[in-house]
Amino acid sequence: MKNELSDLARDLIAVRDARDRAAFGRLFDHFAPRLKAMLLRGGLRDGSAEDVVQDVMLAVWHKAAQFDPHRADAAAWIYGIARNRRIDMARRRPLAQPEEMPEIESLEPDAAQILALQQEAAQLGAALSRLAPEQADALRAAYFDDIPHSRISEMTGLPLGTIKSRIRLGLDRLRHELRKIAP
Amino acid sequence: MTEISHHIPEDILDTYRAGTLPHAFGVVVAAHLSLCDECRARQEAGDMIGGALLSRAEGAALRPDARDRIMAALDAPPPPPPIRGSGVFPAPVMAELGGRPPRWRMLGGGIRQQILSADREGSLRLLYIPPGKAVPEHGHRGLELTLVLQGSFSDSEGAFHRGDVETAHDAIDHQPVAGPGAPCICLAATDAPLRFNALVPRLLQPIFRI
Ligand SMILES: [Zn+2]
Repeated sequence: MKNELSDLARDLIAVRDARDRAAFGRLFDHFAPRLKAMLLRGGLRDGSAEDVVQDVMLAVWHKAAQFDPHRADAAAWIYGIARNRRIDMARRRPLAQPEEMPEIESLEPDAAQILALQQEAAQLGAALSRLAPEQADALRAAYFDDIPHSRISEMTGLPLGTIKSRIRLGLDRLRHELRKIAP
Repeated sequence: MTEISHHIPEDILDTYRAGTLPHAFGVVVAAHLSLCDECRARQEAGDMIGGALLSRAEGAALRPDARDRIMAALDAPPPPPPIRGSGVFPAPVMAELGGRPPRWRMLGGGIRQQILSADREGSLRLLYIPPGKAVPEHGHRGLELTLVLQGSFSDSEGAFHRGDVETAHDAIDHQPVAGPGAPCICLAATDAPLRFNALVPRLLQPIFRI
C-alpha cells in the first residue's frame, strides 16, 4: 500500500506515526519555500512571511495526528493549515473551527481510496493547467494569493461580478474535468 | 447519523472559507461542518485546489537560518489541545461555552436561552424549547442562521432536525414550533437584535439582549 502514496504523503505519515524528524525536514524543504511564495503573493512582508511559514510548519508537526490520507493529499492538508493561519491573522477573533476529525486509530488504510484521492489530486493539477488563462488567474488570486474579490476587482479594473463569474467558471470547468476521470 | 437536508447556503460557506464571516455566523457554520460530511467535503475540496496551486508554485528563497529555527522549535511543548465536543454540543459550541455545560436563563413558558456572544456584528445564543412550544414570534432585519442540535422544530419553511440549518433573510416572520420528543436545542446567530413581538417591548431589548 505504501506505493500508492506520494513521497510527501509518506513523509507526513512518518511524522504522524513515528515523529520522524528527517521526514519533517524533507516536508519543510518542499513546502516552506512554496508557502513563503504564497504568503508574499498575499501581501505579507518578507519577515512576516518567514514567521508565518515557521508557525504553519510547526503546526504541521503538532497536528500531524490529524492527517488522514483518505481525505486529503499532503499539499491540500498543509494548504488548509496555512489558509486558517492567514485568516486568523486578519481577524479580530479567530474563526471558529469545526470539530477535529477523530484520530486515525487503525492503521489499515484503504489503498483504493487513497489511490483514488492521489489520482484526483494529480488530475486536478493537470486540469488547472488546461484552464483558460483568465480563469486560472482568477482561481490563483482567490485560492493562492488570497486576495479578496473586491481587491482583485480594483487591481484589474474588472467588475466584481466578472471576477466572481470567472472563479465560478473555473471551478465548474475543474468539476467537469474531474467528473470525466471519475470511475 | 440522520440525513441532513438543510445545509449552509453556498455563498455563506464561501464567506466562511474566505475568513470574513462575523464570529456569530462562523460558529454556526463550524458547528454544522462538525455534523455534516457533505458540507465538510465541499470545504475540503477547496483545499484540494489550494493544494494543487501550492504544489505547482515556484518557491521563494528562505532565510538561511529558517531550517535550523524550525528544527529547534520541534521540541517545544505542543499547544493545548482544542476543546472537544460534548453531548449534543459540537466542539465549536463547547468552545463558546468555555468547555462547560450551558447556564440557561429562563425566558418564560419553559423556554431557556444562553447568550454566547453579542457584539456589533451580531449575536449568538443557544435556545432550549420544550416539545410543542412555539418560539416567540419574531421578525428580524438581516440574516439569521439557526442550527438544530437536539430535537426538532418546524415552521413555514419545513421541518428541521439535528444538523439542519434554517437560513432566514429579511422580514420573514416564521413561527418555529418545537417537535415532539426531546426538547429542541438550537444555536441561533443573527446580525441584528431580534425583535420579539410578543414577549418584551422593544425598549427592553438591549437590556435582555435578545
Ligand atoms: Zn451541510
